[in-house]
Amino acid sequence: MDNERVDQIIDKYNREPSYLIQVLLDIQAENNWLPKEALERVSERLQVPLTRIQHIATFYKAFSLVPKGRHQIHICMGTACHVRGASRVLDKVEEMTGIKPGETDLDLKFSLEIVNCLGCCALGPVMEIDGKTHGKMSPAQTTDVLKNYE
Amino acid sequence: MPRINSPAELEEVRKEILSKRDPNKPCITLCSGSACHASGSREVAAKLEEEIQKQGLSAEVDIRKTGCHGFCERGPIIIIRPEEICYFQIKPEDVPEIVSQTIKEKKVIERLLYTDPNTKEKIIHESEIPFYKNQGRIVFGSNVSVDPKSIEDYLAIGGYAALAKALSGMTADAVLQEVKKANLRGRGGGGFPAGTKWEGTRNAPGDIKYVIVNADEGDPGAYMDRSLLEGNPHAVLEGLTIGAYAVGAHEGYIYVRQEYPLAVENVNIAIKTAMELGLLGKNILGSGFDFTVKVHRGAGAFVCGESTALMTALEGRAGEPRPKYIRSNIVGLWGKPSVLNNVETWANVPLIINKGADWFTQIGTESSKGTKIFSLVGKITNTGLVEVPMGTPLRDIIFKIGGGIPGGKKFKAVQTGGPSGGCLPEDALDLPVGFDELTKAGSMMGSGGMIVMDEDTCMVDVARYFLEFLTDESCGKCVPCREGMRQMLKILTGITKGKGKEGDIELLEALAETAMEAALCALGKSSPNPFLSTLKYFRDEYEAHIQEKRCPALSCKELIAFYIDPAKCNACTTCARKCPSDAIIGGKNLIHIIDQEKCTKCGTCFEVCPPKFRAVTKISGVPVPPPVPEEARTIVRESKQK
Amino acid sequence: MSEVLLQIDGKEVKAKQGMTVLEAAQSAGISIPTLCYHEKLEPFGACRLCIVEVESRGSTRLVVSCVYPVEKNIIVRTRSEKVDRIRKMILELQMAHAPDAFILQDLAKEYGADKNRFEKEPSFCIHCGLCVRYCAEVKKKNAIGFVDRGIRKEISFIPEIAAKECWNCKECFPLCPTEALQAAYVLVEALAAFPSPSAEHASGK
Repeated sequence: MDNERVDQIIDKYNREPSYLIQVLLDIQAENNWLPKEALERVSERLQVPLTRIQHIATFYKAFSLVPKGRHQIHICMGTACHVRGASRVLDKVEEMTGIKPGETDLDLKFSLEIVNCLGCCALGPVMEIDGKTHGKMSPAQTTDVLKNYE
Repeated sequence: MPRINSPAELEEVRKEILSKRDPNKPCITLCSGSACHASGSREVAAKLEEEIQKQGLSAEVDIRKTGCHGFCERGPIIIIRPEEICYFQIKPEDVPEIVSQTIKEKKVIERLLYTDPNTKEKIIHESEIPFYKNQGRIVFGSNVSVDPKSIEDYLAIGGYAALAKALSGMTADAVLQEVKKANLRGRGGGGFPAGTKWEGTRNAPGDIKYVIVNADEGDPGAYMDRSLLEGNPHAVLEGLTIGAYAVGAHEGYIYVRQEYPLAVENVNIAIKTAMELGLLGKNILGSGFDFTVKVHRGAGAFVCGESTALMTALEGRAGEPRPKYIRSNIVGLWGKPSVLNNVETWANVPLIINKGADWFTQIGTESSKGTKIFSLVGKITNTGLVEVPMGTPLRDIIFKIGGGIPGGKKFKAVQTGGPSGGCLPEDALDLPVGFDELTKAGSMMGSGGMIVMDEDTCMVDVARYFLEFLTDESCGKCVPCREGMRQMLKILTGITKGKGKEGDIELLEALAETAMEAALCALGKSSPNPFLSTLKYFRDEYEAHIQEKRCPALSCKELIAFYIDPAKCNACTTCARKCPSDAIIGGKNLIHIIDQEKCTKCGTCFEVCPPKFRAVTKISGVPVPPPVPEEARTIVRESKQK
Repeated sequence: MSEVLLQIDGKEVKAKQGMTVLEAAQSAGISIPTLCYHEKLEPFGACRLCIVEVESRGSTRLVVSCVYPVEKNIIVRTRSEKVDRIRKMILELQMAHAPDAFILQDLAKEYGADKNRFEKEPSFCIHCGLCVRYCAEVKKKNAIGFVDRGIRKEISFIPEIAAKECWNCKECFPLCPTEALQAAYVLVEALAAFPSPSAEHASGK
C-alpha cells in the first residue's frame, strides 16, 4: 500500500489522532495486513508515537503484522458452538491445514483464526471461510468443505 | 424528505407516510439479520425480487427486508401481510410457489408452516407459535416491522415521538426523573440504575459531556445488541438523543464491534438519514438542542466492553481499563463526564418516555423492571433471541419458549451472564430472572447470554473454556488477572487432561480470591466466576476428573475412549468408511475394531453409527476392553444361513 | 489545598487533598510494598502489591493504595491476614517469571511466599511498565513500548528509535525490578536487527 493511499485514509478522518484505530482498521481491511511502512506513515502524519501504534496493532485481534493467506478460515469458538463440539472442528482444520490459530501456511493458502461468536448460534458449530458461513459442521464435513478451496 | 423543524411537522410527516401505505396491500417481510443471512436469506431475497417482477406483481406487492425476528433456528423467515402468514426455513426454490400460491391465490402452503412438535399441528400465525406466544417483546418486537435502512419505516411505527415529547414538553430534569422512576437498570452487565448514572453526569461540573452506546457485545454466545442495532438502529439513536438531552451532552459515540459489519452499516445509514431530517444535528426539531453522533468500530478486544477500557479505546489507544477509583460518569472520555450504556438499555428509553415510568414499572419484579432480551443458545431446540418480562422463571424460558433439550437428552445446566457469569443447575430453574435473583444464585444477568447445557457437557471443561477465553482476552495489565488466570487455566486444563492432583481445587480457590479482591477491573474481578459456580454446583465432576481420571459427561478427549461393542456391531462398514483417520479396522462381515493408537477421538464413528445398532460407545475411567480375537470376528448372518 | 485527616495503622496522618493513600503513608514514614510505583510517573495500578484495607463509614474493603485517593476519616490498615495472603499470592505469581529478582526475594521472605509454588516460566519481565512509562513520560522518547496483550504481553524497543536514543540514555535499566535483565536483553535483541551509524559509533569505529 503506497503512502498516497495511507494519506487519503488519514485525511478521511481529518488527521485526528483519536481515529488512530479507525485508520488502522481501514488499512487492514484494504491491504489485509499492516505493513511497517504504513505504520510509520501513520505515526508521522497523526503525530502518534510508534510504540503506541505497535501496541494497538498487537493488542486488537483485527490487526495482522504479517501477510494473510488467500483464504481466511474463522472457526467460531463462542460458547454455543463450543458446547456443540467446535473444538473437534478446529482439531480437524488444524490437522488438514497444518496451521494453528493465528497462523498462515507457507503457501499463503489459508490463514486460521478462532473468533468468539459470529452470532449464528443456531447454526453451530460454525466455520466461516472468506465470509461464507458453513453451519452445523462435523469433522467429516469440515474435510469436504476445505477440499473445495485452492 | 425535507428537514423536519418541529414536533408538529414530525406528526405531519408521519401522517403523510401512513396515508401512502395501504394496510391491505400484500407485503412480504423477510428476515435479513446476520443469522438469517448465514442461512441463505440473501439468496431468498434476490429470488423474491426476481419472481415478483416475473409474475408482474411489482406494483402490487411490497418487499420489506427487516432485521432479526429472533427465531434463528428456523431461518430464513418470511411473514406475508396482511394475513400474517408465517413461513420458515425458506429456500430460493420455495419462492415461485409462495408468490403464485400465497400472494396471488391467497392459499397457505402447508409444508412451509411451523409444526408444533407436540401436537403436530400446523401453525399459520407467528403469535400462535409457542416460541413467540410466551414472550413479551416490547423492545425487540419492532424489528419485524421496520426495514432498518428506512427511516420512513421507523417513523411509520411512531418513531421519534418520544424524542419530540422530551424536547418539546419536558425539561431535561423531568426526562431524567422519568428514567429514574422507571428504575431502568443497565442491560449490559452490572445492572447499575441508568437514571442514577445519568444524574451523576448531569450534576458533574463542566460544559462538555458525552453519551456513549456500548455495542461491543463480546460475550460469546450472545447477540442481542447486534440484532437490535442491526434491526432497529433508530430506536437506539432516539434513546441516545433523549439521554443526551437529559444529561446535557451534545456529542455521542457508538462503539460497535467491527465483526458486526451489518450493524456498522445500518447505524451509519440511520445517522445519515436522521441528520438529513433534522432528528440529529443542530437545533433538533426546532428545540434549540444540538446533538451529533460518531461511530467507532471496535477492533476486537473483549475487555473493551468494560467502561473505562472502552473509553480508552475511543481515545485511540490500546483498551486497558483505568486504575482510578473515580466513576466514568464523573471522569470519563477525555476526562469529561460520560454516560455509557449498552444498546438494549438505550433502546428502552424511548418506550419509557412515550408510555411513562408507571407503565414500565408494571412489568417485571420488585427490583428488576421491564423486559430482558436473552440469546437462548447451546443444547436447546429453539435457538434464538427471546424477550421476556423480568421475573419469568428460567424454566419457562428454556422449556416453554426454547422447546427444551433436543435429542431426548437431559438438561444439566444453564450458563448465564457471559464469561463473568455462572452455571445454574436443574434446582435453580424455578428462579425468576432478575438482576439480584441471578446474582444471589451465584450467576449474573450480564448482557443476556443464556447457554443451555445437556448431560453431554462437561462442567469442568466449561470452566476451562471460559478461563481460556478470559485469559486470551485479558488486557494483561494487572497481575491477579494476567498471571492468576494463566495459572488457573493451566490447572483446569490439567484436570481435563487427567493430570489433576490433590490440592488443585484449593489452589484454584486461592487464585480466585486474589483475582476477586485485587484485580484492576470488573472483568478481572469476575474472571473466577465460571470456576466458582461450576465448583459450587458440580463439585462431584471435579472430583471424578481428579481422583478417578473419569469425565462423567464423556466429553474430555484425554479421558475417554471410543469403543465398538462387539455384540452390537453389524459390520455395516459405515464408521470405517467415515473415519477421517483410518483408525477403524473393519471389513465385510467382520466385527469392527477401533485402533486406539490411531484414533484421534473426533467422534465421527459415534455419530455415524446407525441408531438401530448404536454399537459405538464412549467409555471413561475404565480401560478399553481388549479387541475381539481374530477368529471370533466374523459375523454369521442368519438370513444367509437359510 | 485543603488538608485531610485519616488514620493509617493506628497513626493519625495529615494528607493533602488529592494525595493517594500510598503517598500519605510514605509521608508519615509508613512503608507499603510496591513494584510498579515510581514517584516521577503517573500511577499505574498494575502490580496490585500495595493493596491495603480501608474502613470507611463502617464498611471495610480492599483497595490499591497507589491510586486510591485519601478521604476524610478513613481508617487504613496496611497489613491484615487477607492483605498478606493476597500479597503472598501476587509475589508467588511473579516469581514464576523472575525467581531470582532480589526485590521479589526480599518481599517473599517478608510474606512467606514460596517461589516454587507455580511452575517456572522464566521471562524475567513482570510487566511493571517502569521502563515503558519512564521512556514516555520522563524522557519523552517512546523508544520502548508494550506489545500484545494478556499473557502474551511483552516489552519491545522500536529499533530505529532505540539506535538513536538508547546508547546514551539507558536510564530505564536501573528502574527494572528484575535487575535490568529484561530491558537490556530486549534492547540488544532489537539493535542486533538494526545496524546503524550510531551503533558503529558506539562500538568505537
